[in-house]
Amino acid sequence: MSKDVLVIGGGPAGLEAANQLKILGYKAYIVEKSEKLGGHLAKWDRLFPESISASETLDKLLKPINDISVFLNSEIVSVNGTDGSFSVLLSNNITLSVSSIIVATGFSLFHAEKKEEYGYGIYDRVITSVDLENYFKKHSDNRIINPKKIGFVHCVGSRDEKVCNRQCSKVCCVTAIKQACEVKEIFPQSEVYCFYMDLRMYGRYYEDLYLEAQSKYGIRFIRGRVSEVSEDENGKLVVKAEDTLSSKPLKVTLDLLVLMVGMVKNDDNESISNLLNIRVGEDGFFKTANPILRSTEGDSQGIFFAGASTGPKTLPETINEAKATVLSMHNYLSKQV
Amino acid sequence: MVDFGYSLSPSSRINLDNFDQGRLTILSKIEPDLIKCIACGSCAASCSAANFTKINLRKVILLLHRGLDNEAVSLIEGCMLCGKCTLVCPRGINTRNLIRSILKTYKEV
Repeated sequence: MSKDVLVIGGGPAGLEAANQLKILGYKAYIVEKSEKLGGHLAKWDRLFPESISASETLDKLLKPINDISVFLNSEIVSVNGTDGSFSVLLSNNITLSVSSIIVATGFSLFHAEKKEEYGYGIYDRVITSVDLENYFKKHSDNRIINPKKIGFVHCVGSRDEKVCNRQCSKVCCVTAIKQACEVKEIFPQSEVYCFYMDLRMYGRYYEDLYLEAQSKYGIRFIRGRVSEVSEDENGKLVVKAEDTLSSKPLKVTLDLLVLMVGMVKNDDNESISNLLNIRVGEDGFFKTANPILRSTEGDSQGIFFAGASTGPKTLPETINEAKATVLSMHNYLSKQV
Repeated sequence: MVDFGYSLSPSSRINLDNFDQGRLTILSKIEPDLIKCIACGSCAASCSAANFTKINLRKVILLLHRGLDNEAVSLIEGCMLCGKCTLVCPRGINTRNLIRSILKTYKEV
């Protein structure tokens, strides 16, 4: 039995899986379609709930894999063989012979332009959570000039059947609160509003962050989904929502509106599902062998999953799952002759 | 002007642009826990007077944050300060004291 394993995706799940594979004595190959490793983590500045540096976290993930074979700007062209022996042809014409494949293809970010009523790509002062994170990293964005009133719209592209994404993206509630506090640190005189449907503060220290957002930073929470955004004659944003707790329509004029874009299925999931002969669920994320007991395994032998390829996950969940995935794979390969 | 019998209905919309936060700022200084409300409704649910009056502290706090001061104060005036809401508040807000402070801050003006 070959000890070679293919990891599809060079984001946090793929990197952690490759590192664990190395520790257990396997030879990992990482195939990454973009020009660099790190996935979405590379775009981030600080991580909830304890404001840990994203770049330091990524460095720690990258360090142990420096001697692992990585193919950047590469995709999978074809996969031959099943049940424990795969011959994989890559777009760079290299053929790999592996005994297992770990699908760590992650998620795509929702394209905020699709929610046209919010005006992303139409109004200059409407940005996404990713744009704001980039501003935190680089300290410059010509759309962010000393804003006095700032709004955050939760659930953009999540819990929204109209854009074919029924799922909750899990991380945006707490990310919005993290970013609201950070923006208030940079612009202490600003008023910050969060428009939410409900706040899903399920993780450890998330509720503490919410309390801090209220009591330390004075973030204002308005329960209601933003219905439409328009621009006034001064280029400011007029935002409408229902304040559902008072059952009254509400209007506020803002200088900056941040859309909390959700996690949706990776755009490539369909082609990967065809190549590997694995199934996707109604939500477009991959289906596992058993959602409770075998959530890191695929239906067919030798196929495993790690991270957000099987649904929205937080970063620590992704890292833990990558470890669990490698253990499942190790157990499987140990039984092969 | 001929009166045709038509009139405009007053807007029920909350307009945060016209919100004068002066009194809310004063109240927040006396009652810093005010902003910790999570609108769970325990206070309104436990209120012994709520069955017979419009008292609803959850809504009072909300309306004060939306600049609807008169409507807010009208929802609190029958309070007998029994303090049951203070017992149930999960954020530990001293709601009984808060009601007294709201009445003081908003009725004097």
